[in-house]
Amino acid sequence: MPATPPPLIPCPEGLYCPEGGFFVDPVRPVARALITHGHADHARAGHGAVMATRQTLDIMALRYGADFTQSRQVAEGISQIGGVQVSFHPAGHVLGSAQIRIAGAGGTVVVTGDYTRTPNAACAPWEPVPCDILVTEATFALPVFRHPDPRDEIAKLLASVAAFPDRAHLVGAYALGKAQRVIMLLRQAGYDAPIYIHGALQKLCDYHIAQGIPLGELRPATVARGKKGDFAGAIILAPPSAFAATWAQRFPDPVICFASGWMMVRARARQRGVELPLVISDHVDWPQLTQTIAELDPAETWVTHGREDAILRWCEMHQRKARPLRLVGYEDEPE
Amino acid sequence: MIGGFAELLERLAFTPRRTLKLAHLEAYFAATPDPDRGLALAALTGGLDLRAVTPSLLRALVAERVDADLFALSYDFVGDLAETIALIWPDGAEGKDIPLHKVVEELQRTPKAQLAQVIAARLDALTPSRRYAYLKLATGGLRVGVSARLARQAVADYGGLDLAEVEEVWHGLSPPYESLFHWAENGPKPVSAAFAPFRPVMLSTATDAEALAMLDTAEYVAEWKWDGIRVQAVSEGGTKRLYSRTGDDISAAFPDVIAAMDFEGALDGELLVRRGDQVAPFNDLQTRLGRKQVSGRMLASHPAALRVYDVMLWQGRDLRALPFSARRAALEAAVQTLDPARIDLSALLPFDDWHALATLRAAPPEPVIEGVMIKHRDSPYLAGRIKGHWFKWKRDPMLVDAVLLYAQRGHGKRSGYYSDFTFGVWDGPTLVPVGKAYFGFTDAELKALDRFVRDNTVDRFGPVRAVKPEKVVEVAFEGLNRSPRHKSGVAMRFPRIARIRDDKPASEADTLDALMRLLPDTAR
Repeated sequence: MPATPPPLIPCPEGLYCPEGGFFVDPVRPVARALITHGHADHARAGHGAVMATRQTLDIMALRYGADFTQSRQVAEGISQIGGVQVSFHPAGHVLGSAQIRIAGAGGTVVVTGDYTRTPNAACAPWEPVPCDILVTEATFALPVFRHPDPRDEIAKLLASVAAFPDRAHLVGAYALGKAQRVIMLLRQAGYDAPIYIHGALQKLCDYHIAQGIPLGELRPATVARGKKGDFAGAIILAPPSAFAATWAQRFPDPVICFASGWMMVRARARQRGVELPLVISDHVDWPQLTQTIAELDPAETWVTHGREDAILRWCEMHQRKARPLRLVGYEDEPE
Repeated sequence: MIGGFAELLERLAFTPRRTLKLAHLEAYFAATPDPDRGLALAALTGGLDLRAVTPSLLRALVAERVDADLFALSYDFVGDLAETIALIWPDGAEGKDIPLHKVVEELQRTPKAQLAQVIAARLDALTPSRRYAYLKLATGGLRVGVSARLARQAVADYGGLDLAEVEEVWHGLSPPYESLFHWAENGPKPVSAAFAPFRPVMLSTATDAEALAMLDTAEYVAEWKWDGIRVQAVSEGGTKRLYSRTGDDISAAFPDVIAAMDFEGALDGELLVRRGDQVAPFNDLQTRLGRKQVSGRMLASHPAALRVYDVMLWQGRDLRALPFSARRAALEAAVQTLDPARIDLSALLPFDDWHALATLRAAPPEPVIEGVMIKHRDSPYLAGRIKGHWFKWKRDPMLVDAVLLYAQRGHGKRSGYYSDFTFGVWDGPTLVPVGKAYFGFTDAELKALDRFVRDNTVDRFGPVRAVKPEKVVEVAFEGLNRSPRHKSGVAMRFPRIARIRDDKPASEADTLDALMRLLPDTAR
């Protein structure tokens, strides 16, 4: 092989593409950033120029204000940036989430960002993108993570609501993605009562509705003088951090639920004081991750963040070339 | 069905509240036929005697199916062997749900050489949550936050029975407890087949000086209330058993007492650690509890003894219907025949009026006394906590003014409130934590404390907040012991927040020295 530069280099700021002169999901302000999705640990404010899907740009503007970057470009079709061609493809993770395909002299790279192959009514579905180098996340990369069908988890929630009509069900769900996913799962299960939401979810839920995601009737759960009985039998969504706040005191004897892939592990659920764990994940689980690698059959697999040891071991067992990037700054699940 | 049992375990594991756990158990008993519900009850009460399915057998099984490194990484993350195996086991063709009794019989019957193969076949056909239930059942030790007593309470509630009655027959029954469930469903009360069975204990109600003033001193006797464990010592037809007041058989932990039960009958008394005349602090007794075997060294260093209060049966005669005074006479005669080093009599206190008793109560001769018992001379021995016969007049609690240091959020009705408090006292210029309390305050006080915590947080450690050391609370507690496990070197019994001392600055809170002076002489 001639001495072509590596297509991507892990740096303290994030993954750098020397041929294109940009970073993917940088964790510090840089001149030029390509962003996979709007979660705070991937999408930060203060870059010189940002390229992302229209929805991700909208979400960043909602979260950080319109001046979150000096210039922005909507990712559409194939763009030439420096010496590489760049295109964005749905990742199925949250609204606007994308995998980024980078084709250059060294071959084709796909950076998955966070992704899931489980159907998600709150965004476009993941699609396979053939590549030479797959740069994948590994949040749930342990063989114990085989996430159940989210519809079964929602059925558990509805059964609990029926069994405890006098108690409020407080569901911890992150503001971007998880909350809307849970709402859509409830709606698809036939739950058409109003769903109450914490103030921190309002803007992003409004945005989903404007983007054509039919979330149904949502009501604010922030009435300061609401009587405790008002929320009996209701489903209330809030960011998990709200459970620690006085906000949670207004509900009648709440059933604390938490929608997360981590809820598979009992100790994790109990540690958080969760009474009803709902295993609903927006990331690939172990079977999906290994299936993705097997199907795309890349020459190399690079692992960005998560439990990389197990997936590296799996690649080794299957004679697949793999390397850890050990990128720092990405959280298991953003708050 | 193993499916229903798996669901039950899941519910119990995540339900923090006792009342809800009971409701889940009752619903399970109502929905599950015999013998499965009885086997589940046995599993929860530790009464299911299965062939020891060892962790090493399970590890070997999983090693045949999952890469060792991947398993090690997973186990590391999950932290529980049964749960890791349940989650990591390759999904086979999901089989039909299996009755619990089939699984139990199979585990009991299978020869050791074939056990691994049988377990693997079951795991193949189960879903992850059923695999978990199956493995917990097979290995014993469910640890789902349900005590044996709570499980028995659920059976009692299910049948509208009295827990004391259930506990009375419990030791004569065995899995799958069909006669017990039949009784709960309006069948006849099972006849206990056990030798030396447990009988329901008579309990007292709390009283105070004001209430006692209404009573005629002449009708009552008084004794010290010893801070040990209330027990029932039963010896019938050569079978000797020691029961806690809830009917748990604790004989195995106290062979020294059992050996001294050289009589035919049932005595009611206090279990203590006693060295000669010296009764040791409760702590010493605690080190003897919960053991399946006791070493010779422990028997020598922590000798247990019985101080008897009452006699229920003696030489084949049931004395429970007799008045206290008659039973007391029989008891005094009975104790004459026993080894005084192991079994002695609880003395009656001399007093002419309630003031005299109050004086005695205020200055007990030994620190292991937690108050006085007052009993009506004519009271028969009655099951349960019946008002008007036996009274406990507890010593006033010890009090200390401490400074709030940390707070943690509560669960259930208290979710969203900081309701678990760690407090400290002065050790020189620093505050050293001496205990934790999560009750004692009123709802209004809880709100005030919660407000204080939120407004004065200086640091956070996960769910715990450190607060500015400014709020003084009066902590009441029942006793103090030395404890090497606590930084301060002492541990309180039943600490609770008696009131908030907004009138006191933190600098005037108590010191560790002052607290230490409350230690019993023997522990100082």
